Amino acid sequence: MILIAVISLGAIGAIGAVFLYACAKKFEVYEDPRIAQVQEVLPGANCGGCGYPGCGGFASACVKADTLDGMLCPVGGAPVMEKIATILGKTVAEAEPKVAVVRCNGSCTARPRTNQYDGVKSCAIASTLYGGETGCTFGCLGYGDCVAACNFGAIRIDSETGLPVVDEDKCTSCGACVKACPKNIIELRKKGPKSRRVFVSCVNKDKGAVARKACTNACIGCGKCAKECPFEAITVENNVAYIDYTKCRLCRKCVAVCPTGAIHELNFPPRKESASAAQPKAAEVAPKTAPNKPEPVQVVETKEDTNQK
Amino acid sequence: MLRTFRIGGIHPPENKLSAGKKITALAAPKQVIIPLSQHIGAPAQAVVKKGDIVKVGTLIAKAGGFVSANIHSSVSGKVNKIDNALDTSGYKRPAIYIDVEGDEWEETIDRSDALVKECSLSSKEIIDKIASAGIVGMGGATFPTQVKLMPPPGNKAEIVIINAVECEPYLTSDHSLMMEKGEEILVGVTLLMKAVNVNRAVIGIENNKRDAIAHLTQLAAGYPGIEVMPLQVKYPQGGEKQLIDAVIRRQVKSGALPISVGAVVQNVGTAYAVYEAVQKNKPLFERVVTVTGKAVANPSNFLVRVGTPISTLIEAAGGMPENTGKVIGGGPMMGKALVSAEVPVTKGSSGVLLLTKEESVRKPMQDCIRCAKCVSACPMGLNPAFLMKYTVYKNWELAEANYIQDCIECGSCSYTCPANRPLLDYIRSGKGKVMGIIRARKS
Repeated sequence: MILIAVISLGAIGAIGAVFLYACAKKFEVYEDPRIAQVQEVLPGANCGGCGYPGCGGFASACVKADTLDGMLCPVGGAPVMEKIATILGKTVAEAEPKVAVVRCNGSCTARPRTNQYDGVKSCAIASTLYGGETGCTFGCLGYGDCVAACNFGAIRIDSETGLPVVDEDKCTSCGACVKACPKNIIELRKKGPKSRRVFVSCVNKDKGAVARKACTNACIGCGKCAKECPFEAITVENNVAYIDYTKCRLCRKCVAVCPTGAIHELNFPPRKESASAAQPKAAEVAPKTAPNKPEPVQVVETKEDTNQK
Repeated sequence: MLRTFRIGGIHPPENKLSAGKKITALAAPKQVIIPLSQHIGAPAQAVVKKGDIVKVGTLIAKAGGFVSANIHSSVSGKVNKIDNALDTSGYKRPAIYIDVEGDEWEETIDRSDALVKECSLSSKEIIDKIASAGIVGMGGATFPTQVKLMPPPGNKAEIVIINAVECEPYLTSDHSLMMEKGEEILVGVTLLMKAVNVNRAVIGIENNKRDAIAHLTQLAAGYPGIEVMPLQVKYPQGGEKQLIDAVIRRQVKSGALPISVGAVVQNVGTAYAVYEAVQKNKPLFERVVTVTGKAVANPSNFLVRVGTPISTLIEAAGGMPENTGKVIGGGPMMGKALVSAEVPVTKGSSGVLLLTKEESVRKPMQDCIRCAKCVSACPMGLNPAFLMKYTVYKNWELAEANYIQDCIECGSCSYTCPANRPLLDYIRSGKGKVMGIIRARKS
């Protein structure tokens, strides 16, 4: 009796095994083994900063793509991209490291309250209701949607100014905060040599007098910086200046002329004399980023000179 | 048994403090600020420039698209500037500033009080006149009226429903208008019936306005096809879909227009504006606004020019009480706290409500206890507690699958929540997001 049970069960098992094997062969889905390899070297944060749905999505996109141009894992940066390139036998273009920059400097002292908000402490919700607690309807609301969005703990709200502060070492430039900010204040900008950056820390599009009344640190769109800039990196549109970081050479002349202090410089050594200190800095910094570019700068300057004459 | 809508609804305290007060016309202020977006749709395009002299009723901005409305000057004087101004939205948007000089009206406007009943215009001519007068839904949604009167092909209007429900607590502007301008409103309804080519109209009035029901029923005897229907008191009966359900027992499908069930719904204030535009050539530049609140010295109904700062109205009602905590533009349920008392009255401003500090305190939010009170209160049959959750977790697929875009933002859920959860705040934000996703998908 026992024998019959063993034989019949064994037979059923054998038939099942053959059937399953046949099915597995017939309906096999081929997956490129390299996808798993690529996924192995990715950080696994699934932040979506690359623009793909998580690390798995990015890995399969990397394998499918012909070149790795324009593909970047913002968390892993260049080292991870190089590893991916070796796995796939492709070359990777050097991408400039970026960092999140908060373009509002309307601190509690600079931007007096005009009303009080007692609703849900969320920027997304407050912005559907109205422009904010101060006279500036463009500035930071300060309820910290960016802080909640950051997977890396790289943003916090400064209790003194009420504004978000980015920790450069932790920021992976995944862009989650950029998407979370309903006021479009946060921007990913080039990290710059030695993390040195110059940017306009204001997005107020009101006319100068109105903006100034609402916030003493506001950009008033006077255009002094744009005139001062030797590299034509600054444009003034809708009453607010913007520095194009691909053209900016960090000479800091604009910082010196800004009447409201809306242009910020970061990580520069303290300046001795504004004009003389700024000049060599530009020359020293420029060759590192792009060795063959100082020439056009000269041309621009001479052009301006001739125009003035 | 009186009719009402069948799903959900709440009964907030009515507090109609200014009921029975006569409409008082306020003189034009020194300067008016007339916003270019007073309606849903594209902002109007200014046709005047700095220094231009305008009269009362002069066209100052032309409709900026199909869904948009003309804007007329509410005062006579000189255009001071066209600049951004803070309005009821809480943001700065373009507006025309006019310095008032005298009170000179356009000659075409018939300023007499005589009732003009006869109208020989065709349907198209009536709609054109409504469009050029810049009339929008006066109940607060400010949807351009002429668009509602031109049903898309394949749809046929069967009935005009006049929304005289005024279900918002505190507000009495429509009530006072019905008491004082009954005949004019009925002529306006007749014109609307002619415009959409139907022979039946129902004026829905909540049963807490018995004097208005009696008054209009008596007058309506002289107007064929118009019926006055008293309705049970229940908020938000003034919602378009709720009123259709209450009056003709038909439900509008998700995402469909009221015309799909054959109904054209217009506010009673709009009917009056239509009368003035068609029979008196008077464009929409003034409206009745209720100024009210428990601490207000004289809760009143004012006839106000569009563009008048709200502070002027508060002054006229006895000044801002000392312990004012919030100034609300509109009623307590759907109105919005204002950023400043200097924002101007627009075509959609039905009231100004001054809440005391005690009234305006937000109670601390607690955890959801799954009592489902919000579910039974929701007049659209949604599940507000879940919709809030989907918004918190940014699950837009589920939010859309559960019809977040059908929310009419009446606030019944937040009102009824025993845990003081700000359900509507979240749902409104989620709805905006989902609407954006739907629009992106369509284009």
